[in-house]
Amino acid sequence: MILLVVEHAHGKVSKSSYEMITAARELGGEGAVTALVLGSAVASVATEVALAVDQVLVADLPELAQYDSEMWAAAVAQIATEGEAKVVLIGGSRSGREYSPRVAIKLNSPLLEDVISLKTNGEALVAEHYTYLARVTETVEATGPVVVVSVKPGVFAVAAPRTVAAEQFDVDLNLPARRLQVTGKTAESSSRISLSEAEIVVSGGRGVGSAEGFTQHVEGLADRLGAAVGATRAIVDAGWRPYSEQVGQTGKTVQPKVYIAVGISGAVQHLSGMNKSKVIVAINRDAEAPIFKIADYGIVGDVNQLVPAIIEELRK
Amino acid sequence: MRILTFIRQVLDAEESVRVSDGSVALENSKLVMDTMDEYGVEEALRLREGGIDAEIVALSVGPSRAQDALRTALAMGVDRAIHVETDVKLDAIALSKIVAQVAQQEEASLILSGGQQADWDSHALGAATAERLNWPQVTWTSALELKGNTLSGKHDVDEGSETFTLELPAVVTTQQGLNEPRYPTLPNIMKAKKKELRKEGLEQFNVTPNLKFAGAEIQVKNRLNKILDGKDVQAAASQLVDLLRNEARVIA
Repeated sequence: MILLVVEHAHGKVSKSSYEMITAARELGGEGAVTALVLGSAVASVATEVALAVDQVLVADLPELAQYDSEMWAAAVAQIATEGEAKVVLIGGSRSGREYSPRVAIKLNSPLLEDVISLKTNGEALVAEHYTYLARVTETVEATGPVVVVSVKPGVFAVAAPRTVAAEQFDVDLNLPARRLQVTGKTAESSSRISLSEAEIVVSGGRGVGSAEGFTQHVEGLADRLGAAVGATRAIVDAGWRPYSEQVGQTGKTVQPKVYIAVGISGAVQHLSGMNKSKVIVAINRDAEAPIFKIADYGIVGDVNQLVPAIIEELRK
Repeated sequence: MRILTFIRQVLDAEESVRVSDGSVALENSKLVMDTMDEYGVEEALRLREGGIDAEIVALSVGPSRAQDALRTALAMGVDRAIHVETDVKLDAIALSKIVAQVAQQEEASLILSGGQQADWDSHALGAATAERLNWPQVTWTSALELKGNTLSGKHDVDEGSETFTLELPAVVTTQQGLNEPRYPTLPNIMKAKKKELRKEGLEQFNVTPNLKFAGAEIQVKNRLNKILDGKDVQAAASQLVDLLRNEARVIA
């Protein structure tokens, strides 16, 4: 079987899970696509995902209300072993990339990380993934009775649901105790569309000048376009924007239809989080800024004047 | 206590990447200690300067040239270094086997390493090493304190961040924002030359790569590079919106 661990939030299946389902379906011959739902009060998640897979396994337990890498790894490794999974698909989120190595060690299997393609050549699983801050595409092969794979979000197509719901089964788990104690949380929520789901992203960098400049220009343009808002590391470190909006090596990776970079010079760490966007637009004062080298469209000039003019133009 | 900092030597992020014969060519390029790992070295030094009685050992696995990165760690203030010398390209799961064995041999109770490798973009080493040792780990750490046997701090998660506590032994992966790594001073660079840098062979660790590397390429997406002069603000804004609406057709 192909086991995939469902990513979900607020009682709904995340887009990344439907992308993993596509990856699983494309593998074809490796067996039934089995979705594993881990969490607390996840009945709606299990019912939703049942429409897109062959079988659903559910562990709906109070102790799974909050993610923990050791508990998740133990659960996934146990189910993979019991079900003799050939492939284990895990989301390429921060948490997925944290517990997937533990699963690989427990199963004594290779780990393919953050893959952007996945197929079998009959003997090995062949995957592509980005290296060198997403500047190089590397092809890797893994063989073994079971292979653990983390799947990069935003790359595979979203799988369509079917008409017949798969059967659901409850599973018993032997879970370890939580050793990392979480003592506080800074949840960052936004009323806007999320970065990973948005077709248009407007991002701001130091060139916006101030937190007020960010609100006026970046949020202003995003509101006009119905876009998600992103920011560079420098802006987040300065406390102008929450971490959840950070795009780049230490933040989110996005691949929207269009990425509009406002006052962003284009450090390689930032580019690694957005350089796969379909169309890149840059507005920056410095004509030599690296962002222009990867831009499809751009304007060299003053953000403070140009963005209001663009917003005005969009109203027409 | 003993702190093990794992470091890798990678291409400087500012250098351009070249591919030849299906892999990234590093000859004649500037190679540096992975900045993500540098935060780990700095944090170990800070914990000690904050009053923790610790010996700090740096570990690297890689070709002969990787000793340069270890010398940098020694010059920053690490006490001694271990270099497992090999030209074999090891994936993170294989690498974790070496790190875990060295941690046991050295009786380390804290391992620090970078949250993401600047060359392979891998996040796996920290958690894989922790799993092999049956230790807990905390990843993407942006603040760290150690009191007695208890680590506390802050780390990033999928949405936002969390504060945490954790008992040693543990693995901590580091990232930008945790600290500002110091530059080695000339006297410390001289002193570092006298510090122990022990070479080990790969054989004793019983490690083979788990992945076959089948090629690498630089996929350059051809960009249109239509860059307008913004001196005439109205004209540039109008032209850009027109291009996005009618040529790229990405906005309404």
